[in-house]
Amino acid sequence: MDFNYTAEQDALRDSVKRFVEREYDWEKRFAIIRSAQGVAPDHWSAFAELGWLGAGLAEDAGGFGGSAVENALIAEELGRGLVTEPFAAHVLATQLLSAIGTDEALALLTELVMAEKRIAPALQEPNGRGDWRIVETHANPPESPPRLTGTKSLVDCAIYADSFMVSARNGKDTNLYLVNANETGVNLHPYRTLDNRHVCDIHLNNAPAQLLATGKHADQAIALAVDHAIVTLCGEALGIMDTALWTTRDYLKVRKQFGTAIGNFQILQHRMADMMIEVEMTRSALFHALGAMDGNDAARAAAVSAAKVQASTGGLFVGQQAIQLHGGIGVTEELNISHHYRRLFVIARQLGDADLHLARFAQATDRVKKADAD
Amino acid sequence: MDPAYSKEDDAFRAEVRAFVEANLPPDLAQRGRYDFHPHRDDQAAWTRILADKGWSVPHWPAAYGGPGWNGVQRFIFEDEMRRAYAPTADRIGSELVAPVVYTFGSEEQRQAYLPGIRLGQTFWAQGFSEPGAGSDLSSLRTRAVRDGDHFVVNGQKTWTTEGHHADMIFLLVRTDPNVKPQAGISSLVVDLKTPGITRRPIWTLDEGLTVNEFFFDDVRVPVENLIGQAGQGWTHAKFLLGNERTNSAEVPHTRRDIAQLREIARIERKNGRPLIEDPIFRAKLARIEIDTKSLEIAVLRALTSEGHGSASVASLVKVRGSELRQRVADLAVDALGDRGIAVNVDPHAEYSMVGQADGAGPTPGHGIGIAAKAMFRRATTIYGGANEIQRTLIAKTVLEL
Repeated sequence: MDFNYTAEQDALRDSVKRFVEREYDWEKRFAIIRSAQGVAPDHWSAFAELGWLGAGLAEDAGGFGGSAVENALIAEELGRGLVTEPFAAHVLATQLLSAIGTDEALALLTELVMAEKRIAPALQEPNGRGDWRIVETHANPPESPPRLTGTKSLVDCAIYADSFMVSARNGKDTNLYLVNANETGVNLHPYRTLDNRHVCDIHLNNAPAQLLATGKHADQAIALAVDHAIVTLCGEALGIMDTALWTTRDYLKVRKQFGTAIGNFQILQHRMADMMIEVEMTRSALFHALGAMDGNDAARAAAVSAAKVQASTGGLFVGQQAIQLHGGIGVTEELNISHHYRRLFVIARQLGDADLHLARFAQATDRVKKADAD
Repeated sequence: MDPAYSKEDDAFRAEVRAFVEANLPPDLAQRGRYDFHPHRDDQAAWTRILADKGWSVPHWPAAYGGPGWNGVQRFIFEDEMRRAYAPTADRIGSELVAPVVYTFGSEEQRQAYLPGIRLGQTFWAQGFSEPGAGSDLSSLRTRAVRDGDHFVVNGQKTWTTEGHHADMIFLLVRTDPNVKPQAGISSLVVDLKTPGITRRPIWTLDEGLTVNEFFFDDVRVPVENLIGQAGQGWTHAKFLLGNERTNSAEVPHTRRDIAQLREIARIERKNGRPLIEDPIFRAKLARIEIDTKSLEIAVLRALTSEGHGSASVASLVKVRGSELRQRVADLAVDALGDRGIAVNVDPHAEYSMVGQADGAGPTPGHGIGIAAKAMFRRATTIYGGANEIQRTLIAKTVLEL
C-alpha cells in the first residue's frame, strides 16, 4: 500500500487547513454553533467553490477524480476545527447517488457537488440503535407515486434540505426513495445532538416519494455509501484526536504545579504516550480501510468496521484523557477540549457504535475466510 | 487479497510459501508449534536450508549474503515463517549481533563472524543486562581491563536469551570507569568456551528454559575481539536495541497465534456449540484481530521509510505489539476452559505445560503449550526495553515533553 499523499492531496489538505484557520477560530465557531441552524450561511457554497464537495468522487460520477482518501483527508482537517457542516452526510448522499448510477441520480449528484441542492440521507430509525440496516419505514407501492410511512431519526442536514433520500421496505426489499421536504405527510422535529449539530427526526405519514433504487441494487448502494461515510467519520475522528493530543501536549508544557511544568511528571507522559498510540492505531486502521474501499464487499466491510471500532474506542480514550490531563479547566464549556470530546463522543455512536462494528467485523471476517478457503 | 499489499508483495508471499511447503521438514514444523523453546538442531537445519536458497539472513545487506529484500518483503518472509511454524533463526546472531558487526566491525571481524551466523553454524547470545542494570543499562558493571594483548573480564550478565544454545556472546563491558557511564562502555565478543565462564539456567514461570545467567571470572579475551573503538559500546547498544524494538512488535507471531486460537475455538465447545460461535468469545477475538491489523499497518508504515509519520512508530508498535501478544495468549488459555490450567506432573520436562486434566492424559493436541505461552508472554512487555521505558521514549522524543 502506498502510504504517501500525492501533491494534489497535499494541496487539498492545505486548502481545508487554511479555511479552518480563517473561518473557524474559537469565537467564530461559538457564534456558529449558537446560531439557529448551527452552520454558517455561506460556508457550504464555499466548500463547493473550493472543490471539496466533489473531491472524493470519480470523474464519471460527476466528481474531480478522487476517492475515499480525499473525503477522509478533508474530514480530518475539518475535524481539527470541529467544523459543524455535515460533510459525512454529504459523502453518504453523493455516494448513494453515485452507486445508484441512473441518469436521474447522477443529475442530482451534480447538483449536490455544485451545492445547488441539498439532499439529506435519511437511513436510520429510532429502533435501529445506529444500525442503518434496520428499516421499518415502509412503502405503499400500488399507489403512484409510491407513498412512505415511518420515522427516520438523527437526520443530518434535514432542516435546510430540499429533499431526503429515504430507505424504506417494500415487501422483502429495502428500496431507496427521494422525498421532497415540502410534501404533505412530511413532518420535521428538529433537535440538537451533543456535538451541537442540528438534526431532525422525520415523520413520514403516507408521504409521496419517488423511487430511486430497489432490492439488491439499493442494498449494495447503501452498503457502499455507508462505508464511505464511515471512513469519512474516521478521518474526522483522527483529526480531532490528533488535535486533542497536541493541544494537551502544549498545555502540559505551560501548566505549572509543584514548581514545574506538569509535563515533567512521568505519569502524565505515559498517559500521553498511550493517547498517541491510539492516534497512530486509528491512522493505521483508517489507511487500511481506505485501501479496502475498492475491494470486495466482505473485505471492505471488515476493514471499515475495524476502523470504526478503533476510531470509536480510541477517540473516546483520547478525548477523555485530554480532559483529565487539562484538569478542572478541561470540563468547562469554555475550553475547546471539551468540545473535542463531545464530537468524539458522538462520532463513536454515529453510523453504528463499537459494539455494532465489532459484530459486523466478525461476520465480514467469516465471509472473507470462507472465500479464501473456497 | 489484502489491500495492504501490492500484487508484487502477494507474488513474493506465494513464492516464499511454496518454498516453505516444499522444504520445511514436518517434524520441525510439529515442534515449531511449541515455538518458544526451539531445538538448536532444528534451528541449524532450517537455517542451512534457507542459506542454500539465500534466504537465511533477510535483514542483511546483499554484500554480506542478504537477499536484498525491502522492509515489507522481510516482514512477509517472517510472516510466512511463523505461519508455517518454521523454527526461528538464531535471532540474536542474525538480527542483533550481525548488524553491529557489519556496521561497526572490522573486515576481519566480518569475515570471522558473519558466515557462521548466515549458515546456522555459530549461535550467539547477547550479554547486556546485569542484576543491577536492567532498564538502566548504562549502569552496567562487568569490567574489562586491558592486560597486554587481552582484556580480562569479570562480572555477571543475566536474562541471556537462548544462552544455553550459544557458542559466542556479545558483551557490553565497562572499559573505563573514570568517564561518564555511557562513555566507558565497550563491545566485546567472547567465545563461550573460554575458561572462567560459568552458565546458570534461569527457569521461567512457564517451566521452560529460555534465559540464563553468565558469570565471568578472570576471562581472558583477545583485544582483536573488541568491536569498533573502546567507548563505543553505548552507541552499538542503542543501534542494536533500535533494531530489536522495530522487530518486537512481533506482528507475525501474533497473527500466527490468532490462527492457532481460531483452530482451538473451532474444536472447543461451549453450550453445545463450537466456541468460535459464542458471541462473547467472538467479540474478544474480533477486537484482537482489529488491533493486530491496525498494528500490522503501523509496522508496514514504519517499514516503508518514507511512510507518513514513520520516524515515530518504533516505540509505539513495540508497546502495542507486546501487549497484543499477551492478550492473544491469554484468550487462547480461556478458550481451553478450565483444562487450560492443567500441567504435566514433572516440572522442567520438555514442554511440561502440555495441559493435563486429572492425570487422565494430556488435552488433545490443540492444547499443548498454550498455558506455557500465556505464562511466558508476561516477558514481552519487559524485554526489548520495558514498555514503561518505551512510553517515556515516546513522550520525550516524539511528544517532546
